[in-house]
Parts: sequence; structure tokens; C-alpha cells
Amino acid sequence: MQRKVIFGNRLLPYALLAPQLAITAVFFFWPAGQALFMSVLQQDPFGMRVTFVGLANFRAVLSDPDYLAALWRTLYFSLAVTVLAMVPALLLAVMADRVIRAATFYKTVLIVPYAIAPAVAGVLWLFMFHPAIGSLAWVLKRLGIAWNPVLDGTHAMILVILAAAWKQIAYNFLFFLAGLQSIPRSLLEAASIDGAGEARRFWTIVFPLLSPTTFFLLVVNVVYAFFDTFGVIHAVTGGGPAKATEILVYKVYFDGVHALNLGSSSAQSVILMAIVIALTMLQFRYLERRVHY
Amino acid sequence: MASVAPPIAHGAARMRLREDGFAHLILWAGIAITAFPLYLTLVASTLAPQEIAQAPMPVLPGDQAWHNYRTALLEGATMRLSPPVLTMMANSLVMALGITFGKIVVSILSAYAVVFFRFPLRMAFFWMIFVTLMLPVEVRIVPTYAVVSDLGMINTYAGLTIPLIASATATLLFRQFFLTIPDEYVEAAKMDGAGPMRFFWDVVLPLSRTNIAALFVILFIYGWNQYLWPLLMATDKNLDTIVIGIKKMIGTGDALTEWHLVMATTVLAMLPPALVVVAMQRWFVKGLVETEK
Repeated sequence: MQRKVIFGNRLLPYALLAPQLAITAVFFFWPAGQALFMSVLQQDPFGMRVTFVGLANFRAVLSDPDYLAALWRTLYFSLAVTVLAMVPALLLAVMADRVIRAATFYKTVLIVPYAIAPAVAGVLWLFMFHPAIGSLAWVLKRLGIAWNPVLDGTHAMILVILAAAWKQIAYNFLFFLAGLQSIPRSLLEAASIDGAGEARRFWTIVFPLLSPTTFFLLVVNVVYAFFDTFGVIHAVTGGGPAKATEILVYKVYFDGVHALNLGSSSAQSVILMAIVIALTMLQFRYLERRVHY
Repeated sequence: MASVAPPIAHGAARMRLREDGFAHLILWAGIAITAFPLYLTLVASTLAPQEIAQAPMPVLPGDQAWHNYRTALLEGATMRLSPPVLTMMANSLVMALGITFGKIVVSILSAYAVVFFRFPLRMAFFWMIFVTLMLPVEVRIVPTYAVVSDLGMINTYAGLTIPLIASATATLLFRQFFLTIPDEYVEAAKMDGAGPMRFFWDVVLPLSRTNIAALFVILFIYGWNQYLWPLLMATDKNLDTIVIGIKKMIGTGDALTEWHLVMATTVLAMLPPALVVVAMQRWFVKGLVETEK
């Protein structure tokens, strides 16, 4: 799309664009290029010599059992976070769409977690489930469950999944509610007159009409689980115990910043970039479809 | 309500009432799940350390609020040698506002250039901005750190904010909006002899008010809640943001953790973004739904 009436000026548009382009070039393209470049190089242990190794770093990363374990972990972590963040959000949005009394109150409270940093959400949940002082950990122990996320990898994973999903419900709720409110009332009333019950109306009318929103949220939630949950993991478990909660983005950080394995970390960065690009493309395919919709 | 309904609608009204009761029940369950971690944190921030240390902690607020918040704000968690929380909040505020204003200014200017001018490489520049969507910090951690370090920006406010102020989403939002400004406005301005910058100040900027408000909410939260970036950029603890500060105050979660101070700090970390979201709810919902389109 373009405007018909425009200003004629030769230098001004470049001056207006300059700040954004400068920042983009220096802090986005240059480092991304560096990541690509370093991913095909190998540095000797003393950092004295750099040699070109082609795809060896990628081969090493993709055949590393630790990396593959982190990949699978990321996949089921993302699946769990996405499902736990979307299903309750849809249920709450359907209910909020139906009530009139106190609707604003419900909405206001339910969106608050959107404002909370992932790391802080992690701290809230760590405090409830802390093995020594957590109130809910105490309840679990009274129920005979030997709850200890500091030592037990599965418990740690459950904890970070719950914290990450809890924070994201607010976001999904808002989008589902906006989607529901754009469904014409007349459609639902017509179905109701034809004798369709609540459940039938939901599955034959509401859910299909909501599918663009659902698809969009699916992509956004997977991206969130892949990348934005770094804060939750770093603050709550530090990837532990024994790497039980180390997802891909945490591994890139750890290998690059703590283990200083630049070649491997860069190769991992490049793989992550490919994943982001694929997910973004998916999102835009959805956008195109919605235009025709 | 059922009693005033005419007899024929009696059954339907009762049905409606029962369904609404169910909706309210689900919504209250949602609110309980949302609010419980927040409530527990708030209570813990008013307790003495020994009250928290032995699970289960009391479920009603204690009388240490003044002492805990005062200590946290002015001294910090001294056992972890953390700076006063007031310092951390100032750092978070500088970072959040720097990113917010920086992003809005940089992206409104570049969107203006792309929409209101025609010049060589226009679309190339537009795509350059657009693809930054696919390069989040998380995927280029090490090389971006290297660039910022080469520029001598580690441990500076500039290093904390400038690399984050290039934004494709804000540029896209402004572009979308600028395309809807009627051609007649531009023609009228040209006829009156107003140049492009005059038109920007007198017409475009005032018209963009709602969009700017919506972006303000989203970007303020984005900036305040940053985690990975300040973790990499600021090794000097006097530059810790409050979210990073909380993580450091917890440490490994052992006996040295002063949970009463951590919880007071957590409340202080959530307050500013939560207030912004609740107070500017209308713009926030609009901005959120529209920037993601």
C-alpha cells in the first residue's frame, strides 16, 4: 500500500530513517552476521588461532546428546506451557464474554500477570513451592509427596512450566476475549432459536470463528515458551538440577557466556534463528489467510 | 430477577441465571489462581523473617511491613551485599523510560519517512527494519555482547537502552496508522505552504496520540521487565535493575536468603508495571491487539 500524495524532499527521509537504521545495523545485523561467521570457525583453547571448520560446529552440536536432550526438553516444555496457558485462557474468556455483572472487575484482575516479568513470576512460584519455606510445598508434603524442586528434576520442570504458563494466561485471555467479542451476536441467537445448546453453539460456531485467533496465539505462545521463558528458568532453577530444566535458549546463554564455547554457542544461535524465522513465517501465512477470511 | 419475569419466560430466566452462576464460579477460580501467588507475596512482605522460615507461613499480614519495605528500599539485602532497592528501581525506571521514549521517537520518524516520501531504497530500508522481528536478543547473545563491549558501552545506561530501541513492531504500527491519514490533509498542508516537518508536528503527531499512549503501556512493561539484556550488559551491581536484583537477592535460595526483603522487593518490582496496565487499561488492550496484527 502506498500514499498518493507525498512530500518531495531528497535528504530528509534518509535523515528520518538514520537513527533506526544505525541501531539496526550495529546491534542486529552486525551481531547476527558475526554469529553466522563464528559458527563456521573454531578457536583453539587459548584463543590464539582461529580456523575455518565449515559445518563441523553444526555437526558437533546436532550429534551432541546434551543438545538433543535440550531440544526434546524444549519441545515438551513448550507444548506444556502452550496448552496450560491457552486452555484456561479460552475457558475464562468464554465465561467473561458471557457475564455482564462485574465484567470489568474480572478483566482487570485477570490481565495483571501480563505486567509481571517472567523472572518475577518465577520467583512468586518458587516462593510458594520452595522445599523449605513454601506454603504449597508444605501442603504437598502433608499429602505425602516428597516435593523438592531443588533436587528432583521432574519437580523443577513442573515448577517452571506452571510459572511460565501462569504469566501467559493473561495475554491469551485478552486475545480470546477480543476474538469472542467480534463474533456477531445474531449468529449465536439464530443458532439458539434453531435449538442448538450451549456446547453445540460453542463447537460449531464460536470455536471455528475463533480459529484465526487460536492459531495466532499458538505461534505466539510457542515463541514465548522458546525464548521469553529464559527469565523464569534463570531465576528459578538456573537450568538445574543436573540440567533438568535446561532449554535451548538457556543452553546458548550458558555455553556462550559461562562455558565460553563460542563456536558451539554460535552454531546454536544460528539454529535458534532458523527456528524464529520459521515461526515468524508461519505467523505471516496466518496473516495472509486472515485477510481472505 | 426471576421473580419479576413474566411466567412464560420463567424457565429460560432461571436457566440463564444458573449458567451465569457457573460463569461467575469459573471466573472466581481464575481470579483465585491469578491472585493467590500475589496475595502470598504481599503477606510475606509484611512478616518477620522467622515467621516465613518455618512453613507454613501465616496467611494474614503481619506488622513488619514498614520495617521490611524501609530496609529493602534504603539498605537492600545486606547478607547478599545487594544495593538498596531504591537504586535498583531508579535503574529500572531509567531503562524502561529510555527504551519507551527511544523506541517511540525512532520508530515514528522512520515510519513517517517510509510513508510520506518516495525515495531510492525505500522498500529495502523498510524490509531491513522488518526482518529485525526475526532476530531477538536471545538468538545473538554472544556477538551482541561483543559489539556492545567493543563500543565501551558495558555498564552504562546507554548500553542498557540504545541497543533495544530499534523496533519493528512500533514502526509497523505507526506505518499502518499513517496510511489511513486522508490525502486531503497533506494537500491542504502543501497548499498552505507547510513543509514536511511542520506537517509532522502540527498534524501527524497530534493525530498519533492514542497510538503513542498504547505503545507507551506496552513498551514500558517491556522495558521494565527486561532480563537477559541487563544480565549481560551490567556487571556492576549498582546498575542492577530490580528484576535482576531480586534474582541476586535470592542467590541459591539457601538459609542466607532474606525472604521477607525479597518479597517486599518483589512487590515493588510488580507495582509500577501493574499500575500502568490497570490505569491505562483501555489504551493497553487496544495497543496490544493492534501491534500484534
